[in-house]
Amino acid sequence: MASLLEVDNLQTQFLTSGGIVKAVDGISYDVEEGETVAIVGESGCGKSVNALSIMRLIPWPPGRIVGGAVRFRGRDLATLSDTEMRRVRGRDIGMVFQEPMTSLNPVLTIGLQITETIIHHLGVTQAEADKRAVELLGLVGMSDAARRLQQYPHHLSGGMRQRVMIALALSCEPKLIIADEPTTALDVTIQAQILELMKGLTRRLGVALIVITHNLGVVARYADRVNVMYAGKIIERGRAHDIYHRPSHPYTLALLKSVPRMDQPRKEKLDPVEGQPPDLTRLDAGCAFRPRCAYRTEQCDQSFPPLEAVAPGHSAACFERGRVARLARAAS
Amino acid sequence: MSAVPVRAFAAPGAGDILLSVRGLKMHFPVYEGALFRKVVGHVKAVDGVDFDIRRGETLGLVGESGCGKTTTGRCILQLERASAGQILFNGKDLAGLDRNGLREMRRHVQVIFQDPYSSLNPRMKVGEIIDEPMRVHGTEPDKAKRNRRVRELLAKVGLNPRFADHYPHEMSGGQRQRVGIARALALQPEFIVCDEAISALDVSIQAQIINLLEDLRHEFNFTYLFIAHDLSVVRHLCHRVAVMYLGKVVELAECDELFDNPMHPYTRALLNAVPIPDPEVEAKRPHQIIQGEVPSPMNPPSGCVFHPRCTLAVDGCKTGVPVLRELRPGHWVACTQV
Repeated sequence: MASLLEVDNLQTQFLTSGGIVKAVDGISYDVEEGETVAIVGESGCGKSVNALSIMRLIPWPPGRIVGGAVRFRGRDLATLSDTEMRRVRGRDIGMVFQEPMTSLNPVLTIGLQITETIIHHLGVTQAEADKRAVELLGLVGMSDAARRLQQYPHHLSGGMRQRVMIALALSCEPKLIIADEPTTALDVTIQAQILELMKGLTRRLGVALIVITHNLGVVARYADRVNVMYAGKIIERGRAHDIYHRPSHPYTLALLKSVPRMDQPRKEKLDPVEGQPPDLTRLDAGCAFRPRCAYRTEQCDQSFPPLEAVAPGHSAACFERGRVARLARAAS
Repeated sequence: MSAVPVRAFAAPGAGDILLSVRGLKMHFPVYEGALFRKVVGHVKAVDGVDFDIRRGETLGLVGESGCGKTTTGRCILQLERASAGQILFNGKDLAGLDRNGLREMRRHVQVIFQDPYSSLNPRMKVGEIIDEPMRVHGTEPDKAKRNRRVRELLAKVGLNPRFADHYPHEMSGGQRQRVGIARALALQPEFIVCDEAISALDVSIQAQIINLLEDLRHEFNFTYLFIAHDLSVVRHLCHRVAVMYLGKVVELAECDELFDNPMHPYTRALLNAVPIPDPEVEAKRPHQIIQGEVPSPMNPPSGCVFHPRCTLAVDGCKTGVPVLRELRPGHWVACTQV
């Protein structure tokens, strides 16, 4: 059976005063039905542009999808007309953004925003849509749903707004939800509530989830499979267990080693990833991570290493992946 | 807060206290009406906070947004004039200082802000930004010497001295935060308030800045107030930690003691909510997710402010305000049920 979503050699570029930025530079991954896949990386690695590209929400100018394909249930989304694409957004693929205050319309009630989506996509009556909206708010754990529907976004706290966003994303029973940093703007106890809610709902309703985040802890708690991005490319992919216990790309390994962990004894000093994130306008043919890499060889200057298998279902884009994996295993 | 003994909340055996906060309150008035504005209530951002900081110590101040941790820091820096309470720095009450007194105080007390994008003047070169405090305070009248000092400071925070001629927008977030740190160092202060100093940085850069702050502490024997919401970073960096909730300190202890043996139900919930970057640990760990949200500080709950969300709450918690009690040596908890 084909995957629910297949991203195939996707390339998205932005034209800036500094030159062309290859924000997403030939990434491929897939998402199975009902699965939670994480895209992890730091600012500027292309993880959000990847989400916007799937939804065809890249504004031109300055951005443009220049190559590759995104197939949703076997259908290439790039070939759809704008009208057809609008049907996919919200109906087949729901989205949850980082900042719920800016993604909700401040002058419309919560109820109107939810029912509008339901009526638009499912063509039901206002009364049916109202009933569904009450159900949805109950589903996302908002009490007193009927009153909530009359409220405006500014009446709600950040956590409540994010619940509304999740209700909206779920409103038309999508097959896939893309959540871009869904809890970054929230406090840690509220983050735990929202993540638990999303995990429970996606499992129960069989919805697949793409979680885009920079938080390694969030990924560890919720993802089945993980894609690690750096400078527009996926540099490591595997099951969550492989990524955390057998990291095979120097960046993944360094990132995991750099964060202090509450479950381990305090270290004298942290091991930071040295150097600065790359300037995307000045990338050359070699590996983008090599200026910060402890495993660098001459080969790394010549070409960008392809994503190749280290074990079944686990691959890394590093010429030295075997050596890195052995060292990581010895250390853990 | 007259019931508070004089030496309370100090670290065990601490003799040399640099900063004492006693009964600190910051109530912001809330107005209504456009023409005839009248006060309709107060946001009790900080509502009776006490703690001491030893010389050379790093005290962590943690809590979620709206708990008053940043306001506490701003009151110490005298960026807000507290509604009540004392802030004693080297034994002198900062609240009573006039303009000249404040200027003198700021030579010894500096701050590193969260956002390295908005806390540096975009129209000034990095060299000018670091030079400014020395110029304003007249610590070094000779321009050539100041320039040399700017370059020394840049090197000290791990930046190439050529950055002195750059503008902040030419630098990455981590580099800008280093500039903010160099500016704070320029006057050789004793005490630095770090207000979410690493929260805005990328994961791979955070560890660099944490190590830098630690190296500087060892070299200059700085005292830090480290305000943050990231508990794993606080655990790594701090000697003692105070947990705030809705304007009050609910727990205060030595760092290891607090993380190994949290007593207040809020602290426990907070620690439990932090995801650990290891899928196996996460799969095994029980998750007790705290329900509800932080109530409005304008109209806080009666009695213990945490009681509506607390699993241990009994009827008495709705009326009695719990005071910090020393349940183990140096471990203070504001809860009657533990």
